[in-house]
Amino acid sequence: MTIPFPDPSGRAGPVLPAPCPPTLSEAFPDSALDPGPIGFVLAALPRGPRPVLWVQDHATARESGVPYALGLPIRVIHVRASNAADALMAIETGLACSALGAVIGEIWGAPKRLDFTATKRLALRAEAAALPCWLLRRGAEPDLSAARQRWRVASLPSNPDPWDVDAPGDPRWRATLFRSRLGPPGVWEATHDRAADRLDLAPPAGDRAVVADAGARPRRATG
Amino acid sequence: MQERDLDAPPDDAPVVLAVDGPHGPVIHATARGAETSGARVGQRVVEARAAAPHLIVAWGDPSGDAALLDRLALWARRWGPHAAVDGDGLVLDTTGADHLFGGEAAMLADIEGRLANAGLSARLAVAPTRGAAWALSRFGPVRAVCHDPAACAPLPVAALRLSDDGARTLSRLGLKTVGALADIPRSALMRRFAKGREAEPLVQLDRLFGRLPEPVAPADAPDPARAVIRLSEPVQDPTPHLPDLTRALCAGLARRGEGARRLRLTLFRVDGEARWVDQRTARPTRDPDHMLRLFDGRLEGIDPDMGFDALLLEAEAERLDAAQPDLAGEVDQTEALAQLIDRLAARLRHVTRPVPRDSHVPERAQALVAALGDAPAVALDRPPRPPLLLETPEELRVLYAMPDGAPMRFRWRGQTLDVARFAGPERIAPEWWADRAGTRVRDYWRVEDARGRRFWIYREGLHGDKRGLRDEDGTWRDAPPRWWLQGISG
Repeated sequence: MTIPFPDPSGRAGPVLPAPCPPTLSEAFPDSALDPGPIGFVLAALPRGPRPVLWVQDHATARESGVPYALGLPIRVIHVRASNAADALMAIETGLACSALGAVIGEIWGAPKRLDFTATKRLALRAEAAALPCWLLRRGAEPDLSAARQRWRVASLPSNPDPWDVDAPGDPRWRATLFRSRLGPPGVWEATHDRAADRLDLAPPAGDRAVVADAGARPRRATG
Repeated sequence: MQERDLDAPPDDAPVVLAVDGPHGPVIHATARGAETSGARVGQRVVEARAAAPHLIVAWGDPSGDAALLDRLALWARRWGPHAAVDGDGLVLDTTGADHLFGGEAAMLADIEGRLANAGLSARLAVAPTRGAAWALSRFGPVRAVCHDPAACAPLPVAALRLSDDGARTLSRLGLKTVGALADIPRSALMRRFAKGREAEPLVQLDRLFGRLPEPVAPADAPDPARAVIRLSEPVQDPTPHLPDLTRALCAGLARRGEGARRLRLTLFRVDGEARWVDQRTARPTRDPDHMLRLFDGRLEGIDPDMGFDALLLEAEAERLDAAQPDLAGEVDQTEALAQLIDRLAARLRHVTRPVPRDSHVPERAQALVAALGDAPAVALDRPPRPPLLLETPEELRVLYAMPDGAPMRFRWRGQTLDVARFAGPERIAPEWWADRAGTRVRDYWRVEDARGRRFWIYREGLHGDKRGLRDEDGTWRDAPPRWWLQGISG
């Protein structure tokens, strides 16, 4: 974790997202073609021997592909549902199982069944089971939802590969936590350190607004 | 089989059922009214009509009758586990089952009553041997209960289930009844009916008296773990009775040290039909609540008609020893996982586990195995692979590529992507032992566009590889390489 300087203006949000117990989170891509959220979520999932239940509806499986064992850092049980209702049922069933490590649900668009009540059910079940549950929402606008954390993830050009200047290195994303029940929202640059298999979050680099009392003498504690 | 329609003719109407014979229609079955008019089974319809012009001839449906009999055999298992079709009737092994219905006579009355409710008339008999039961049900008194096959002595020899030849032989010898045949010394009978087809009367006689075994062979495997509930009143919705049923089955399984791999819930309808629901489990289980959840929502599509009056839950069992909690007090997690997979697979068809497989071709390097099956451990040392693979690669239009092959700009799904970074090529040759002739070599690139979107694309074929097109005479010609997008990395 890199923590360069706390931003006193608070524009970029806190240095780190508030620590959160396993709960329901949503991830939205920047554009429908952007596969960024998948990589971000896979990097953010806890590692361990327990398999991950990965639920996809048909539209997502067709558009963004199906899990590929050779490229995944985790063991996966893949469920393909024909519609959103079946997908939600599968996610909910998975959240009742103590043998899973996490649940990923990919649902295309904004079907009627995926309303506030449905997300509330998922959130409560995920918290009761202490299982991280990620909903990947492609082709959807972030409307009403009970997800405790809602992220917008956009791909960024990756870090340079130290061994090959032309090759893509560790992948990076701009992760915007635009809504959170557990702490203030914020924007971070996320990097998946592939060697250590770890997700690093850092406040975005770049110019910031000048702080109002920049240059003033630091206040001294009195007393 | 009688007609089951409500507008069936009265019992005493002279109805015969006809089927096609080699020389015109032949009588296949007769009603009681027709028998008194002289019609016989096997007679030609024109002859019968000549003798009795008032006969009502309808067409029979032997295949439909056979199908109905098959279903009825299943339905008849409510009275005992071994029921099978026996020619034009049913045979039921009731050994040790009659006391459940209050004795043999009461059971026969029960069977007759239920068949009558279903619109079927039946002739029934109970006997110690299958041959005696056959004979008594067709030639004996109504609802005959016999404890000694000798009671068949007064019956005609036709009660021995003989072929036409055998019956003719006996009638030539002047033997009219079973008793007359049985009274002849056995050595004399053996001399006359020595071997082959000739031996038929002797074999059937021995079967009738129980000297030759003749087991009931139902179509499916005998003695499954089973639990049955009989209801005094038919119900439309059997769901409230399922917990008792699963508990009873699981108690039985626990006694035998087994767990269910397949379950079949059979619902017996009042009208002589049965409906069933099959379920499978990923691992042997004897958890009643889990079984119950497997049938959740599966009974809604079943038409109860006039209601169900018996429920039968059968299991195909496998050995399952009691689970031992570990020192931390936790039972094996595989059990919980298996139950999850069962529950998902009961409702959704596609529940799989992608596992690596030993192959170089990317789409073949992954096997979709049953979610809890054994997966061979394959250690694969491969360059980085994307986490997502398109089910069918999508063709790209490469607008500009470097001279050494790396694509710099391509169109995909209506968008133009400029490649900022790339790694490759990784050449994957076709597997000659698995691919068709003419499959082209692939060069894979990991590419990243200017906005950071990462894909896995390949070029199929090389310039001058003489693999792309095939002429009519079978020689391969050159074709330009094609580009495909196969994998997506987040």
